[in-house]
Amino acid sequence: MTKNYFEIKRAGINTTFQDQGRNNLYHIGIPFSGAMDNRNYLLVNKLTGNKLDNPAIEFAYQGPLLKYYGNKISVAITGDVNFKIKRNEIIIDGKCYQTFNIQNGDELDIISTNKSVYGYLGIGGQIDLKYQWASCSTNTKANIGANNGKKLEENQKINISKINENLNNYKLDYINTKIENIRIIKGTNFDYFSEKGKKNFLEKEFTVSKLSDRMGMRLEGPKIENIVNTNIKSEGLIKGVIQVPADGNPIIMLSDHGTIGGYPKLGVVISADYDKLVQLTPGSKIRFKEVELSDAETLFKLYELETQNLISRI
Amino acid sequence: MIKNILNLGDAALYCDFGKDVNKETNIQVIRYFKSIQNKNIEGINNLTPSYNKLIVSFDLKKTNFKDLKNIIENLTITNTSDLKNKKIEIPVCTHENFSLDIKRLEQILNLSREDIYKNFFDKEFFCYMTGFIAGMPFLGDLDYNMRAERLETPRVKVPKGSIGLTEQFANIYTYESPGGWNIIGNTPMNIFNNLKEKDPNLINPGDIISFKEITKDQYNNYND
Repeated sequence: MTKNYFEIKRAGINTTFQDQGRNNLYHIGIPFSGAMDNRNYLLVNKLTGNKLDNPAIEFAYQGPLLKYYGNKISVAITGDVNFKIKRNEIIIDGKCYQTFNIQNGDELDIISTNKSVYGYLGIGGQIDLKYQWASCSTNTKANIGANNGKKLEENQKINISKINENLNNYKLDYINTKIENIRIIKGTNFDYFSEKGKKNFLEKEFTVSKLSDRMGMRLEGPKIENIVNTNIKSEGLIKGVIQVPADGNPIIMLSDHGTIGGYPKLGVVISADYDKLVQLTPGSKIRFKEVELSDAETLFKLYELETQNLISRI
Repeated sequence: MIKNILNLGDAALYCDFGKDVNKETNIQVIRYFKSIQNKNIEGINNLTPSYNKLIVSFDLKKTNFKDLKNIIENLTITNTSDLKNKKIEIPVCTHENFSLDIKRLEQILNLSREDIYKNFFDKEFFCYMTGFIAGMPFLGDLDYNMRAERLETPRVKVPKGSIGLTEQFANIYTYESPGGWNIIGNTPMNIFNNLKEKDPNLINPGDIISFKEITKDQYNNYND
């Protein structure tokens, strides 16, 4: 049997294995994890002929440089990503949302994401990975999941245990649009904040701070003044919750968030806007817009329909 | 009983059991948590019990706030029989390398370190909840004379195994993590086993915890 694998020649900034995430573990302190941008994760699996819940490689800003050894295999990249495929002396410009069939000795150089944070590399086959609680998603905080719960590192190998029988030549016309208005539902402590604080939140512009990662996104902007109590009795969190600590700067909980928190909850980002939210790079300007629960539910149905429609077009 | 159910965003129920943080309220929360867990209700993908709240997260593709609220409001909750309290003793070394904030506590509480440790080691604690980081238990209640605020500036790194105090609670840092609790010692015991899928947590809500002082030598030679 031929061994098929990728050798990691450059790991990139934050390259991890991710899938749909793991459920039913908040009560012991383990978050969902999973691909940050779920739509792009699903699309990369469809493009490579995988089951939709197959693990993919998530990278942030700068991706990995991989050299492939083995039989022909399909790969695809989703997001807004600059990448190249090097075959001997030939350099092929990579296109997102398109399947490429690569062969022994090819190099895949994922140079950078373009005005976005996360991109996904799909590999047409089964990657040899450890599952924990039915997911291989890497949680680097608790060292859970694939790759012993750690980021990918230089000189490591990604072993392919099985290559999909059919190579693919899929292509999808899709452009990631950027979001500027993040829609939210009022949080359970909305009334902890002063009239001016609430006004600032819903009318002023905020900037995504450099201190943002898979756990949370910190924002800078006008202070959101608390007039009741800057702490609450610690209670559960979910992704999308906007907490405001005593300094008045909001923090949005993302997929690897701590499961319990003691800061007041100002709002919650609606599910339909989560994929676009996580793609905002430090320095991006955003505004919040309040919607009702029923609107959020309708918007999620539309988001789901659009995702399913994109999947069915591949 | 649940006093009120609100929506937390579009994909979670926020069940409020009242303002007070005490054992009785928390036992109600744990009872609801276990009953809902046992019923395997379609669409629920996470439950987060805390002192006086229970957050029920769900998959918006499978259910919605209104339907799930209706189900939770009409649940019959089983009584005490399903609350199995384990008793667990945690070894703690209070060597100066580990008791990072004991001097600060002596000043704030106006107690000698001997009094602080006597009070702490004589106490039986109740586990209210686990979380924030994997397996971290929130234990209560400390006596009124033992209650101190968090550090004004949290530490960037609290060592793994640290025992922290804040307000009426004690906790154990199961991983190295940022944190602002007053650190009084360290346990060599593994509180969370990330390699076990079944029961990775040593301590669960409802368990009764006590701490036992050990020497630096015992700490160094400790085997789980």
